[in-house]
Amino acid sequence: MKKIEAIIKPFKLQEVKDALSEIGVHGMTVTEVKGFGRQKGHTEIYRGSEYTVDFLPKVKIESVLPDNLVNQVIETIIKAAKTGKIGDGKIFVSSISEAHRIRTGERDESAV
Amino acid sequence: MSAEAAAGGLSHAEKFLAIPQAAAMPALDSGDNAWMLASCALVLMMTAPGLILFYGGLVRAKNVLATMMHSLILMALVSMLWMIFGYSMAFAPGNAFVGNPLTWFMLNGVTGAPNPAYSSTIPQETFMLFQMMFAIITPALISGAMAERIKFKGYVVFILLWVTIVYFPLCHMVWGQGGFFNWALGGKVPALDFAGGTVVHISSGISALICAIMLGKRHGFGHEPLMPHNVVLSLIGTGLLWVGWFGFNAGSALTAGTLATSAFAATHFSAAAGALSWAFVEWRHKGKPSVLGAASGMIAGLATITPASGFVSIPSAFLIGLAGGVVCYFAVTKLKAMFNYDDALDVFGVHGVGSAVGMLMVGWLASAAVNPAIASTFQANGVAVSLAGSARQFGNQALAVLFTAVFAGVVTVILFKVVDLLIGLRVDVEDESIGLDLTQHGERAYSE
Repeated sequence: MKKIEAIIKPFKLQEVKDALSEIGVHGMTVTEVKGFGRQKGHTEIYRGSEYTVDFLPKVKIESVLPDNLVNQVIETIIKAAKTGKIGDGKIFVSSISEAHRIRTGERDESAV
Repeated sequence: MSAEAAAGGLSHAEKFLAIPQAAAMPALDSGDNAWMLASCALVLMMTAPGLILFYGGLVRAKNVLATMMHSLILMALVSMLWMIFGYSMAFAPGNAFVGNPLTWFMLNGVTGAPNPAYSSTIPQETFMLFQMMFAIITPALISGAMAERIKFKGYVVFILLWVTIVYFPLCHMVWGQGGFFNWALGGKVPALDFAGGTVVHISSGISALICAIMLGKRHGFGHEPLMPHNVVLSLIGTGLLWVGWFGFNAGSALTAGTLATSAFAATHFSAAAGALSWAFVEWRHKGKPSVLGAASGMIAGLATITPASGFVSIPSAFLIGLAGGVVCYFAVTKLKAMFNYDDALDVFGVHGVGSAVGMLMVGWLASAAVNPAIASTFQANGVAVSLAGSARQFGNQALAVLFTAVFAGVVTVILFKVVDLLIGLRVDVEDESIGLDLTQHGERAYSE
């Protein structure tokens, strides 16, 4: 099992979710996050005072998947979330050792 | 305002001279009284919800309640002082600098009968209420400079002293009978200040600047973003301030006649001009016309016209508003940066600087066609002197501005030092970082 963490632009969330549903990803956790990478922040001006806002709003999608789905999911996310401009985000993949479904007690791949 | 009141009083007096048997009892005018009671309510509305929303939106979310409380509590505290001795200190006969606090102690003697010195057609009680609303909003304006770091206990004591030692006497000097700068009631230097350029805006503006400097900058000033938490609140506040200002300025006619209309019109067109000029300059200078900028320009236009409304034509008012928007824009951007003080909500840059511009401009734009009383009311050595725009009147205005700034400034320095030593005026760094809402009042504006 792998966990995919994709940090994307907030306005791309719906497209990514729809594209993942289509290829059979049936669950995910979404969090509103803030951060910066190469895009840096932006400037806001209040009564002439300029403030640099370092942390930009992003959305983090987390999903735990069977190994065989991982490559397809990564391709799908890249395709749906890409605008080609700086700040499109990143995808991280990590290994998961166990999974449990609380209601039934099922384990691992049948639990995700 | 008392100036016009006096002008009204004089014209009545003249009528009574013509018909001596009518002189005994000036007639109340229910139309005038209706407008003045409405104006009282409008001016109170400027403090809450006008100013509390305007200021509350400009601070961070952890300080919004405390910032609103700084103005809100004055509606109670200053009203109490006003009842006990404030009105009497400001408007009772006394010397050139202060009224006798015992004359109308506990408002004894302030009744439904008019006081012809100020207004012969409304109850003195109405006049007292109207003036009280000014005494409430003036110290509330100062609180903006101390926002986000002032200790509540010290603040309350400081303001009580400030209102008593700065506001009541200054009010007497400019608007009170026999006041030093009163142009219509026996003053020495005739300064035209229709609705409070000196008494309200310059006194609070200069005191705010001094408090900001003495209190020190907010923690993180200059390297952390200290941004408004809700500009929408500030915009709602701006709208309420503009509407309330009609009571402030047009109400200062103390009658519901043509002078009130003239002051109303001047107020409106100056606010419009201030918004346009601030937005235009900011657009050129920073690349975008910010909404908060347009709103700040409106307030600048309103503060600038305050002393001049009731004395100037509509085009003059528009010109005054244009000047106010531009000058205040540079005061809050350039001047503040140059001297590096943290006037958190720009009380000095908008109110102090704006009203100084208005006070000076009325010195050359005051028109006897708009307000005939200024042509002949003031007398020097028994000879009537016109106060319409001239180099001499400009000098009188400048003197009033300078005196107000020095008087309010010096007293503020002393009061600040004393209260800071005895009680303390600044919260410690930890409380400042947690926020004043929680540390000073035990509350939070927004649930998590």
